[in-house]
Amino acid sequence: MDKLIWAFIIGGSICVIGQLMLDGLKLTPAHTTSTLVVVGAILGGLGLYEPLVKFAGAGATVPISSFGNSLVKGALQEFESSGPIGVLTGIFHITSGGISAAIIFGFIGALVFKPKG
Amino acid sequence: MSIKKKKELSPTQQEYQQFAQEREPKRPIVLNCIKAFIVGGLICTFGQVLQMFFIKYFHFSKESAGNPAMAVIIIITVILTGFGVFDHIAQFAGAGTVVPITGFANTIASAAIEHRSEGYVLGVGGNMFKLAGPVIVYGVFSAFVVSLVVVSLRALGVM
Amino acid sequence: MLTGHQTWVFETKPTIIASAAVGGPYEAKGPLAPDFDLLHGDIRLGQDSFEKAEQKLQEQACETAIKKAKLKKEDVQFLLSGDLINQIVPSSFSARTLAIPYLGLYGACSTSMEGLSLASLLIESKFAKKALVCVSSHNAASEKQYRYPTEYGSQKPPSAQWTVTGSGAALVSDKGEGPKVTASTIGRVIDMGLSDPFNMGAAMAPAAVDTLEAHFRDLNRDPSYYDLIATGDLGRVGHKIAGDLLKKHGLNIPEEILTDCGILIYNKDQPVVMSGGSGCGCCAVTTFGHFLNRMRKGELKKILVVATGALLSPMSYQQKESIPSIAHAVSIEI
Repeated sequence: MDKLIWAFIIGGSICVIGQLMLDGLKLTPAHTTSTLVVVGAILGGLGLYEPLVKFAGAGATVPISSFGNSLVKGALQEFESSGPIGVLTGIFHITSGGISAAIIFGFIGALVFKPKG
Repeated sequence: MSIKKKKELSPTQQEYQQFAQEREPKRPIVLNCIKAFIVGGLICTFGQVLQMFFIKYFHFSKESAGNPAMAVIIIITVILTGFGVFDHIAQFAGAGTVVPITGFANTIASAAIEHRSEGYVLGVGGNMFKLAGPVIVYGVFSAFVVSLVVVSLRALGVM
Repeated sequence: MLTGHQTWVFETKPTIIASAAVGGPYEAKGPLAPDFDLLHGDIRLGQDSFEKAEQKLQEQACETAIKKAKLKKEDVQFLLSGDLINQIVPSSFSARTLAIPYLGLYGACSTSMEGLSLASLLIESKFAKKALVCVSSHNAASEKQYRYPTEYGSQKPPSAQWTVTGSGAALVSDKGEGPKVTASTIGRVIDMGLSDPFNMGAAMAPAAVDTLEAHFRDLNRDPSYYDLIATGDLGRVGHKIAGDLLKKHGLNIPEEILTDCGILIYNKDQPVVMSGGSGCGCCAVTTFGHFLNRMRKGELKKILVVATGALLSPMSYQQKESIPSIAHAVSIEI
């Protein structure tokens, strides 16, 4: 039960950070999400994102910052198993599911839906 | 948007910009943050419920339950985008829908659906990543740099 | 005849013998709905794309205006039209259907008055007996081109405006009954270094003020000459800025007669409208529909319409350019 509460609080807080970037710093959504991804990657590299995931569950994995963390995690895992080239080959390992799903279902959406305006 | 180089503007222009800024309606930052917190929090909580559901009934492990949960959220986002509902939710929620994976899925779905009129190859295929591109490019590049730094620091015995 | 620095006075008083306004679903819910000749519930007008829909809007506005004048397409010498879409494709393709000798124009949202000025010039100089002006804008087509895909979930700030889906046409003639174009002040490009595409009102207000000053200076006229002075699409934000800026420059325009088409076209509580309407169609449908109707009913005798345009492109914004603007003022009297 408190897993759900922390997911709500942490997830909501990361969104508030995003809102402050949109309204306070007047960044576009593209700039905001790109920044959060980079921050997620840096925190992932420092080993600080995983503890947040353990603690907040989906509150840390659903926001886009988790994408950055997963990219780094994938690269480092592949480095452990196949050496330096792993930094290139492993990047999309963990995130492959999310990106593939977005492309596949986005395309199906384009087949099925017409823009409403 | 970058910060405008104020010193390149003439005094009249600077004076006018000040004049215009005083008359610009202030964005309701506090209200927007509350809405973002609630909607973003709810989406993440829903993601948590999905993960628990997939662990209990489909025997996914704690690590791998994130994948089907994410796929479900992505499918729901595409459907809401297609029915013309997502943009109304987003106008209300702001970062509450932009920051979670819903934002990423919406950029791909909305661009793909919008450019149908230009054909499936150049229109849909060519424009799908128009708005999602920056996240992928900067995500991958920063992950690459971070990984190199981490690997080097570990080799030097620092990490 | 050239009067002052940048104003044309039309001594033969070219007459707007007919006009038409066509709109979309959002405009149908607005307060000016009764002044439209045709209103569509489907934003795509049954076409395959938003761009084709905009072309259809122009064709319908032109055909309706010609029909109302009890004329045929062959009676019109020239078609002056424009819109916001790349390479003004809706206008060109509509001109293809109408088969009238065509002059394509681009002045962003100021195109309606640019077109009316040039059409009147053609009539005054006797280089045309009948000239048709038509401009349009389409909400979905411009969002797709200038900002984001229409289903994209971004949060618009309170200074943002809603592009009008509509087309307005006016048939100007060397004889006949109707509101007459008496003068036109051509604006120059003004750039105050603003660069926020979600706050066009602030970018365009200085251009409106500059053209208004030139108009009153060239004609040695006082603002009280007019019953109504309307800007094209400054919206609530730009209207307030323009009002204050005019006072600051010592030009006294009474608040009761200064208004804005972007504010008039939608109800304040219509969702996502924010600061008001915008787009070429905004000034065109409001002027060629609502204002001319009021003039024909005798409610207004002398009006000054100042269409304002923001001359940016999606690329200029990405290249960190500011937004230059322009405004053209046309005085119409009956």
